[in-house]
Amino acid sequence: MHAPANSALLENPFAKRRSHRETYEFLVKSVLRGATYVILFATAAIFLHIIVKGSPILFQAKAPFINTEFLTKLPETLHVLEDKQGHIYKTDPKGADAIKHQLGDNLRQEKTISYSGGGILGPIVGTFLLVLVCIVVALFLGISSAIYLSEYAKPGKFIEWVRLAILNLAGVPSVVFGLFGLGVFVLAAPVFTNTPMDRALLVIPLGFTQMSFQGWDTSVLSGAFTLAFVILPVIITASEECLRAVPMGFRETSLALGATRWQTIWRSVLPFAMPGILTSSILGIARAAGETAPIMFTAALAFKDKLPWQGEAGLGGVFTESVQALPYHIYTLAARIPQNEYSERAQYGSVFVFLVLVMTLATASVLLRRKLRAKYKW
Amino acid sequence: MVTAEPPQKAVEVLKTTETKSVEAPEAAPTGETMISVRNMDFNYGTKRALHGINMEIPSRQVTAFIGPSGCGKSTLLRCFNRINDRIAGAHISGGQVVIKGKNIYDADVDTTQLRRQVGMVFQKYNPFPKSIYENVVYGLRINGVKKKSELDEACEYALKAAALWDECKDRLKANAFGLSGGQMQRLCIARAVAVKPDVLLMDEPCSALDPIATLKVEELIVDLKKDYTVVIVTHNMQQARRVAELTAFMYLGELIEFAETDQIFGNPQQKKTEDYVRGQFS
Repeated sequence: MHAPANSALLENPFAKRRSHRETYEFLVKSVLRGATYVILFATAAIFLHIIVKGSPILFQAKAPFINTEFLTKLPETLHVLEDKQGHIYKTDPKGADAIKHQLGDNLRQEKTISYSGGGILGPIVGTFLLVLVCIVVALFLGISSAIYLSEYAKPGKFIEWVRLAILNLAGVPSVVFGLFGLGVFVLAAPVFTNTPMDRALLVIPLGFTQMSFQGWDTSVLSGAFTLAFVILPVIITASEECLRAVPMGFRETSLALGATRWQTIWRSVLPFAMPGILTSSILGIARAAGETAPIMFTAALAFKDKLPWQGEAGLGGVFTESVQALPYHIYTLAARIPQNEYSERAQYGSVFVFLVLVMTLATASVLLRRKLRAKYKW
Repeated sequence: MVTAEPPQKAVEVLKTTETKSVEAPEAAPTGETMISVRNMDFNYGTKRALHGINMEIPSRQVTAFIGPSGCGKSTLLRCFNRINDRIAGAHISGGQVVIKGKNIYDADVDTTQLRRQVGMVFQKYNPFPKSIYENVVYGLRINGVKKKSELDEACEYALKAAALWDECKDRLKANAFGLSGGQMQRLCIARAVAVKPDVLLMDEPCSALDPIATLKVEELIVDLKKDYTVVIVTHNMQQARRVAELTAFMYLGELIEFAETDQIFGNPQQKKTEDYVRGQFS
């Protein structure tokens, strides 16, 4: 507005200059942005696909809006019968006989699709039990060793090696953990029994009973212990970090008041580290729930027509029976049965339910963290 | 300077004073030696931090340690309750620290028992993220006190001793983090007082506080010497003049001069002390 009259003649000293440098900047930015978008696209594609295909199986338009059958029945073989007029009947093994009888000669063909009928209660219960036991074992072992490493152990070469070993544990392929579980928990772990098996590695008489190293068989316990070892590195590392984040002043004050080391840890270190430990552990749970290889040899069956407490041992068998588990069930459905239009229901349904479970855990962890951070800040 | 005082009946003393009564700790006559440091050397690993310290700290008086940063005054203070033991490689490499007639570095001394009688307040106020009440009674709880009435009494006594009772009595259950900085530091003092130690060690208790809060804490320190032997490390020479009967000047791990505060500031015998209190180096 108040520019001098000859302003048109002056060159703008701040004008944009097209240069190599600028092009280069633009290229770098584009590549970085592109990489981010690729990840975003992949994530969105996975989620959308599963939600679009899976949600109609779990949800329905009529009350109670959730397909309760899918969540409360065990998996079973799906029978598909077609009559000569082209009508299709989907039913379970029991219903198939009745319909066949009714159709008589009118039956054109019968197809059976394994594991694709009924619901997925078995795998849900199995995964729940595995995760429950796993988290108890992993938290106990993990927090204990984290406390030892960060509060008691004298820093030095040995402890550095221990830390390195724990980090390396995180890099062990999960199928190796599975085999480790098979060798140690399924075949060799100690049990108390009066009648040791012949294949027991070692039997120690205790007087009133005998300790036999014959393993826990394929069971929830074996699987959960194996899973616990898979997530231990995460839990130990996270716990150590949380313990270190508790101000040194809390420890010194407590000790200066005459507390012993353990009193100090129990009353003025652990309570303040616990929120962080728990929230990071929930992510560990999500990981444990999703692992397939470690439970393949140790706990999970492709198919089982009984819930763990419906076996011979009754309620006592909850932890000692083998189970079905969601990730292994998904693997079975995807890779072990012929694919056709009738197998999709169980496949997408299972994946969708699984995804919802894991996302619930992750969300819970984020919310918990936010809440506890606000409560325990210092 | 070294007064030979055999550590007689020391163990009994440590045991009998483990009382849970609510009155102020049993009076040792004012001016009698409470802490006696004898020819003490102290090392961090191979590095010597304190050289041949000798001093007699009288009971029920305030003794201040002054000196430039890194001179070892905090290290010396932290020797008195063996909180230095926590640091890897830190150890006393010669001499003795005798408190109430017992060398606290003897093998038969239980550090938890020692620290119940030699309390400490730290530079950075550090209440636990718990209620005011729980903060004050922490020391009693770890001693196994469960009786509500006993805890309540101790809480009231300690908060009164720390001149915090009137400000806090209506919100004992509130989180301690709602207090101001000065109140938090006084809460830490109350927490240390609640277990009725004989000695209160204070490591620059006012360095994180504003001037008004500092004044309040200083008043409190002067007050506390009625019942406690107070040893305070401070950067602030004015503070030493205001609160302490005795002042020790330390430099490079050595005790240069230890005398009445008036003498240290008015008529120092050592050249280094004079330079320091005149502000000629820091």
